[in-house]
Amino acid sequence: MTHLPDPCLPVGALSGSWERVRDGLPSIRPEKKDGLKIVVVGAGLSGSSVSATLAEQGYRVTLITYHDSPRRAHSVAAQGGINAARPIRDSGLDGIDELFKDTLRGGDFRAREASCRRLAEISSSIIDQCVAQGVPFAREYSGELATRRFGGALLSRTFYARGQTGQQLLYGAYQSLMRQVANKRVELLPHRDVIELIKVNGVVRGVISRNLLNGELEAHKANAVILATGGYSNVYFLSTNSIKSNASVIWRAHRQGAFFANPCFTQIHPTCIPSGDDFQSKLTLMSESLRNDGRIWLPKKAHDERNPSNIPEIDRDYFLERLYPSYGNMVPRDVASRRAKELCDSGFGVGVGGRSIYLDLRDAILMQGSDVIKSKYGNLLEMYERIVGEDPYLMPMRIYPAPHYTMGGLWVDYNLMSNLPGLFVLGEANCTVHGANRLGANALLQCLGDGYFIAPYSIAAWLATQTFTSNWKQIDNACKDALSTARNRIDGLIKVNGEVPVDNFHRELGDIMIKRCGISRNKNDLRTGLNEVKTLQNKFHSQVRIPPLENSPNPELEKAMRVADFLELAQLILVDAHSREESCGAHFREEYQSAEGEAVRDDKHFAHIAAWEYVEGGKSIKHLENLTFKEFPPSTRCYQ
Amino acid sequence: MIKRISLTLRIWRQESHCSEGKFEDYFMKDLSTNLSLLEALDKLNHQLIVKGQRPVNFDHDCREGICGSCGFLVNGQAHGPQNATTCCQLYLRKLQDESTLTLEPWRTKTFPIIQDLVVDRSSLDRLIVSGGFCSVDTGKVPDANEFKVSQQQAFSAFQTATCIGCGACIASCRNSSASLFTAAKIAHLGQLPQGQLSRLKRAQAMNKQMFIEGFGSCSNNLDCEASCPKEISANWISWMNNEVRQYKKDFS
Repeated sequence: MTHLPDPCLPVGALSGSWERVRDGLPSIRPEKKDGLKIVVVGAGLSGSSVSATLAEQGYRVTLITYHDSPRRAHSVAAQGGINAARPIRDSGLDGIDELFKDTLRGGDFRAREASCRRLAEISSSIIDQCVAQGVPFAREYSGELATRRFGGALLSRTFYARGQTGQQLLYGAYQSLMRQVANKRVELLPHRDVIELIKVNGVVRGVISRNLLNGELEAHKANAVILATGGYSNVYFLSTNSIKSNASVIWRAHRQGAFFANPCFTQIHPTCIPSGDDFQSKLTLMSESLRNDGRIWLPKKAHDERNPSNIPEIDRDYFLERLYPSYGNMVPRDVASRRAKELCDSGFGVGVGGRSIYLDLRDAILMQGSDVIKSKYGNLLEMYERIVGEDPYLMPMRIYPAPHYTMGGLWVDYNLMSNLPGLFVLGEANCTVHGANRLGANALLQCLGDGYFIAPYSIAAWLATQTFTSNWKQIDNACKDALSTARNRIDGLIKVNGEVPVDNFHRELGDIMIKRCGISRNKNDLRTGLNEVKTLQNKFHSQVRIPPLENSPNPELEKAMRVADFLELAQLILVDAHSREESCGAHFREEYQSAEGEAVRDDKHFAHIAAWEYVEGGKSIKHLENLTFKEFPPSTRCYQ
Repeated sequence: MIKRISLTLRIWRQESHCSEGKFEDYFMKDLSTNLSLLEALDKLNHQLIVKGQRPVNFDHDCREGICGSCGFLVNGQAHGPQNATTCCQLYLRKLQDESTLTLEPWRTKTFPIIQDLVVDRSSLDRLIVSGGFCSVDTGKVPDANEFKVSQQQAFSAFQTATCIGCGACIASCRNSSASLFTAAKIAHLGQLPQGQLSRLKRAQAMNKQMFIEGFGSCSNNLDCEASCPKEISANWISWMNNEVRQYKKDFS
């Protein structure tokens, strides 16, 4: 018999609950901290920020990343901005309530109310922290911080550094991290994939890594382990994620007992550069911020092949403005993506295969001048021109939705600890605040909130309750077991020695997933998809070819291990999507929609987090964490 | 209609830091011009794996020009012929049909070769470790709007902060100088009120580290600026030198 552990939600009034919880947490004597070692996996925003903060507090931190430097982590590619509560002019309000409600509503009421509230409450300290590190945010004439509007919000509260906000925030965290490397408080281990956890008596006590330069397997013992390894959009192969972004560590943790929450909540971003060629390796995001000034449209006539500049105003359908008069082009991502797909499905699409829509800056350029537009989005527009070969100042951009972000992830309690004691999960890798759909500019906020202001307290509190009396022999044995599991897995993959390169399987997996479990889903497709993935998985394990390079770099082996994990995760995504018989946020089931084609949520049966338990060789077990809403009762999302 | 071209890729192949390397030629035809150069390398690797040969190793990750992972010389030019463009964003439509591209790794002692086109750039991280940060602890910071920064100042700091640490400036410099990389960081923090506290000390410490790592001096050839995918101005090198002079005046 298993059960879902206590999510440890705060009691009493929601407002200020985090401060109350935090102040009541047990603390550790400073002299004891030096003897406690914490292994952090992943060097993006949450990994770097938590490592720096823990090291400042006196712990010994080991940071493991597959990159050559923490500055390469995928957080670097986040473009648009970071939300934070901001006082609302002439109202006396601090903006916290509004951010809290937008986050919860944006996630279609499938996230914990208390976690969303906490995110909003700590948001402005995150901006303070970043500014003090030297993050060069955009400024107003007055010298104060500038903000802009993002999708799913009526307020302007997104702080930004041109279209490179993620880069600047990451460098801020990276520099704080390097300061602790200089202080010898952080041991930085680049060029390593973590491929297994070390568990002693059910408690996580370290990880096994594979050195990507020489193939060596290494055991790292620790008093606590933090996973900050990002999301799993690359299960779709073509996504906006970096090529090497992967789910391997969280999947390995899941296989060793950590529950995986809401895997089917994957976000498809409406504004990306569409795919064009068979060997295309990724899709590139065009920041949502472009929707502030860009107008989205399609020709009114199906299969209209005219040059867009020759299509007169009367023949253009600004469909988001038509359908959603108050939010217009700024509706949340899932809504925008779905409307785009529907119109393309019915033949109104433009570009290659009719799989694109227009994002047009013409009117903004006429009104504000191209200099102003350039100052806001210069780097994005240059990137578009490089990739597509067309000038967005003269021609409307062609865009299409692409997999971008995953709201699901390892189940964690309010303190960010998984159901495996000693294993904490931060950032995109966990499942806390975004519910069924993440609000634009909340990803950076969550990563830094987790890393700077939540995990350092909650980990300290957990460590304070532990005695760590297990004997070293037990830990050594656990290391040996984990090492041999990892070794066997690698040998098994190389031994297949088939005919087909890894990428072929990954590409095929992506095709299945986007078709069966993409922007919209239905029962039959999900079932078919599950069979297709199983067949593909069998093929993979009997036909894959990996060069047998043992003691030198072997990128194909790295890829193969990641794809093997994606093939398993994909099945859980399909099973979860199948069992969630409602439409909510980014999870749109065709069977559950209103006459107008809007998502129909089923709060009676599905107001829960579905946390899946891995069963070796059998069907995964679903545990439910029911969600209750005290201060902001669920309503139907309405963006008209 | 998709345009297709053929290319001869002349690629530096080297097993490891200790082994000898050499160029190998690979002829590729029917390449769509909508592919990026790295996607053409993906395609080549696909063919090599099927043939049972070792694929070409090259660094890459985001493939949108922001992570700084990729980088090699294309016909002797860092990141290839297109201005302000990393090689992951170099599309084949910018290349001549039936041309030969020579791809080789960054060539400098401070970036030892790991394999093929991959080099070890950890010296750049050590430069940051030597002082490229503001010394603030989490949570112990003033309100963000305490620091007033003019738009021009914020933008100028931002421009220097866009350095992606790819190493092109160093690979293009005949002295293998890291002056542009270092100056960019010193200027990013030195232009903002938050970075004033250890401004001169930072400039001095990072300069010292450049010499410890074995990077050469700057002799104003400006190849760094020409090859920088983020178009960071080499004027900042003079600015940095002035900061170091100032340090020596104030602290000696």
